[in-house]
Amino acid sequence: MGLAKRIIPCLDVTNGRVVKGVNFLELRDAGDPVEIAKRYDDQGADELTFLDITASSDNRGLILHIIEEVASQVFIPLTVGGGVREVEDVRRLLNAGADKVSINTTAVLNPKMVQAAAAKFGSQCIVVAIDAKKVENQPFEWEVFTHGGRKATGLDAIKWAEYMVSLGAGELLVTSMDRDGTKIGFNNPLNRAISDAVEVPIIASGGVGNLQHLVDGVKQGGADAVLAASIFHYGEYTVKQAKEYMAQHGIEVRL
Amino acid sequence: MSKIDIAVVDYGMGNLRSVSKALEHVAPAKNVVVTSNPAEIARAERVVFPGQGAMPDCMRELDARGLRDAVLYAAQHKPFLGICIGLQMLFEHSEEGDAAGLGLFKGNVKRFANTDMVDNNGDKLKVPHMGWNQVYQVSQDKSQPHALWQGIEDGARFYYVHSYYVQPNDEDVISGFSLYPKRFTCAIAKNNLFAVQFHPEKSADAGLQLLTNFVNWTPN
Repeated sequence: MGLAKRIIPCLDVTNGRVVKGVNFLELRDAGDPVEIAKRYDDQGADELTFLDITASSDNRGLILHIIEEVASQVFIPLTVGGGVREVEDVRRLLNAGADKVSINTTAVLNPKMVQAAAAKFGSQCIVVAIDAKKVENQPFEWEVFTHGGRKATGLDAIKWAEYMVSLGAGELLVTSMDRDGTKIGFNNPLNRAISDAVEVPIIASGGVGNLQHLVDGVKQGGADAVLAASIFHYGEYTVKQAKEYMAQHGIEVRL
Repeated sequence: MSKIDIAVVDYGMGNLRSVSKALEHVAPAKNVVVTSNPAEIARAERVVFPGQGAMPDCMRELDARGLRDAVLYAAQHKPFLGICIGLQMLFEHSEEGDAAGLGLFKGNVKRFANTDMVDNNGDKLKVPHMGWNQVYQVSQDKSQPHALWQGIEDGARFYYVHSYYVQPNDEDVISGFSLYPKRFTCAIAKNNLFAVQFHPEKSADAGLQLLTNFVNWTPN
């Protein structure tokens, strides 16, 4: 038939370990990134996303070694984000074996960096991560946040998505800040609004607690890919189980 | 001078590490060299021609490094695998930046017209075409599949990321197609040359099998 919807396990990495928190807080250790990457590849993951959540710049180099090691053993697309500030950071990550680089806070502080990176390496490897939250005090529904969700930007998430695509983003990773770690499901109205507004694929992120949430993310949210962390890390479900469930509900997946 | 089993052509566009790592993984005993040196391409036993980014930039960088003749020679004389833009560049012309290609194959490179594309959920299809799509094999020699499809199920999924696709004038060179939503050519084959739009180096087992087949391929 046609193109499959993708399932992307996300690995938040700090100090060389995979961790997971709730609403970006309370980090729990979930294991060794290379081991976890291999396990997800064996289970049929379509891609892997690594977010380097290391706060200090001291340990930044660690993620490069991890990506190098994963890329020599796992032959599916790898996206890496977190702390990407300059075009040179993009180059370093691509050289280490990343296929795509995700840009978040820097895109807000310096949108021209997204443009420069897309012009240099191609839109296919530039993902812009948008952290959005529902707000009451603005003329729009969803606002863009940065710095791991701590800083409001005053930007309308939908307009921001359109702008990022116009600068060369080849894909958008949309995280609902009010859902992340809550296990109550994706913010489907937000994802649907962005998906309908842009022509590039969107990855839905934040809030998956069960397999029906993945189905809803595609059917209601219009997501081209769904990203999840904790439901896979702690062995609640395998990627394979997730795909079988989606297939049973009429979604085309790679089995 | 050490023997070069496989040369991966490097013209400064994007990430070739994935390609070389995957080749090293399937052929640990082979000497895989990532090179922008025409002499190394000339003496390599096999040549892989990858590519990322925009075709006009790729063509410009290829010429800036004086690699055009070496690539054209390899494409006509030794086991040769084009990947992604490395397939598109073999054609006469691309809509992307109105660029001229190497012209080894007659035909054009066109952009997906996304305005009228809808999936079975009624959602519009995105451009770039990104993700895992099924690849249907076309047997040119009706009796058996091409050597590079050996051990790969017809309809197996490969990983794609592209906005443009090739449209060969000569249908006989078509070795595979995918649907998005209309049929488009995703693999061509002619003599010693095989070229694909998807990324075998990122396509898990199916991709590694195709690379293994390439490494072991003895064209007729």
